[in-house]
Amino acid sequence: MLEILQNLDRRWIFLVMFVAVAVPLIMGTTFPETPSDQVLAVFDAVDNLPDGSNIVMALDYDPASAGELQPMASAFTRHCALKKHNIYFMTLWPPGINMIEGSINILNEEYPETYKGKYGTKYVNLGFRAGNEGVIKLVVEDLKKSYTTDIHGTNLDNIPLTKNLKNIQQVDLLANVSAGYPGSQEWVLYGSSPFDIPTVVGCTGVQAPIMLPYIPDQLTGMLAAIKGAAEYEQAIINHYPELAKNPKAKEGLVRMGPQLVAHVLLISLIVLGNVIYFLERRQGTA
Amino acid sequence: MKRTVPLLISAVTGFILIGTAFIPMFEEWGNDAMAWFNLLAAFAFILGGGNLLKMQLQKISAQQAGWGYAAVTLIAFFVTLFVGLAKVGVHPNAKFPEFSWSGNYLEVGSAFWWFFEYIFTPLSATMFALLAFYISSAAFRAFRAKNTEATILLIIAVIVLLGRTYASEWLTGGFPNEPIFGEGGITYSDFKLDHLSQIIMDDFTTPGMRAIKIGIALGVASTSLKVLLGVDRSYLGSDQEA
Repeated sequence: MLEILQNLDRRWIFLVMFVAVAVPLIMGTTFPETPSDQVLAVFDAVDNLPDGSNIVMALDYDPASAGELQPMASAFTRHCALKKHNIYFMTLWPPGINMIEGSINILNEEYPETYKGKYGTKYVNLGFRAGNEGVIKLVVEDLKKSYTTDIHGTNLDNIPLTKNLKNIQQVDLLANVSAGYPGSQEWVLYGSSPFDIPTVVGCTGVQAPIMLPYIPDQLTGMLAAIKGAAEYEQAIINHYPELAKNPKAKEGLVRMGPQLVAHVLLISLIVLGNVIYFLERRQGTA
Repeated sequence: MKRTVPLLISAVTGFILIGTAFIPMFEEWGNDAMAWFNLLAAFAFILGGGNLLKMQLQKISAQQAGWGYAAVTLIAFFVTLFVGLAKVGVHPNAKFPEFSWSGNYLEVGSAFWWFFEYIFTPLSATMFALLAFYISSAAFRAFRAKNTEATILLIIAVIVLLGRTYASEWLTGGFPNEPIFGEGGITYSDFKLDHLSQIIMDDFTTPGMRAIKIGIALGVASTSLKVLLGVDRSYLGSDQEA
């Protein structure tokens, strides 16, 4: 038995991991989530604003991390839409433009009465600009030095939402969803922190420890990984029960099923690996 | 000359940008400098494209191992560039119907959109998802409790892995909120996995990261000053090139 385990082909492990992720995903298993204090801080930051407040939504990620971050971006979008907030979309990542399109589709398809046909008055897409933190430094001080037009080439002076916007210090909240550099940390260092712009972020699990030191003074709250997204979705559903009927509003909750099984599998593999290791040590082969 | 001019540009720009943080009259200069920086960053994409071409063409011309992949990279690069620039499959903007190129290059159904949705997105997601398989293999073969430090790391990993899922509720959700010893002390519920996971993040990870960040910040400040004062010239290349 020990010999079989010692020489176990790693493809068997890959197969077990595939099944562990696929089965709960296909079955759509969900578990109840209790929003943590950090997630509730994010929820309150969006929800406590008066209806129709101005929010910058910076979506700095690409399809590689969409599995982890798209539910957050969608949840932010839905929450803002429920509050009828005005949204300024922008990105520091070239593929982020397509991620923004996903959020705009949510606005148009799920909240048509508030957003459909209201480009420029309820939401605007500023698109991508090269320059990483250089762009952040400009938009917080002089937006039109970095963005003279929106993504469609329309001059910002001709768009009602941006006509009188000198910089994003004038907005009520900055919401960033980020997969790395440039992203949440740069927004805090160059945007929110020097100018006291209320900021909430959603980031990957790997980034979470990097962002923790900024909470709560420089960062109001953080959604960390798919767990954070699921808790945020639960917090929104708790306050807006009508959203429970929308399966798209539970993307994060659905993904917690595979996460649970995968984590349990990982722990089982660690334990099994260590049992083999200690048996080998006893036999003097390790 | 080749060294003096870049040194001068770095020093002047750097000190102006530092000045903008403290002197309001310099603020506009700082914004102008950032606007130039952003323009340069945009041109860096062209430089990146040129570098990609150079490297891949070198591989193909030298018939290096795996040169076929270089050819695939170049074909993908040019095809994507073409469909994006030529706006293949894009309808004219309703405001300017007479201009066939006036539509949005990301229009749903266009060739560029199709490439992004059905090639780039699934390939990127697949590459990222492969991590799960490598981690599971590593968990089995590499995460061994070989010494005290590794054992502590493993225990913490197990707590965080379980604490971040509903397993914590299954395993420890029933722990009562009653003191273990006397009144007002540690309770059983303090040992719930999600609570332990949060303690690890708040009381160990966060202070550790703060310490690291303060160290990095001091290092960045010191290195930046050395660059601005011309003490550190390594970014200009080796002395032989000067």
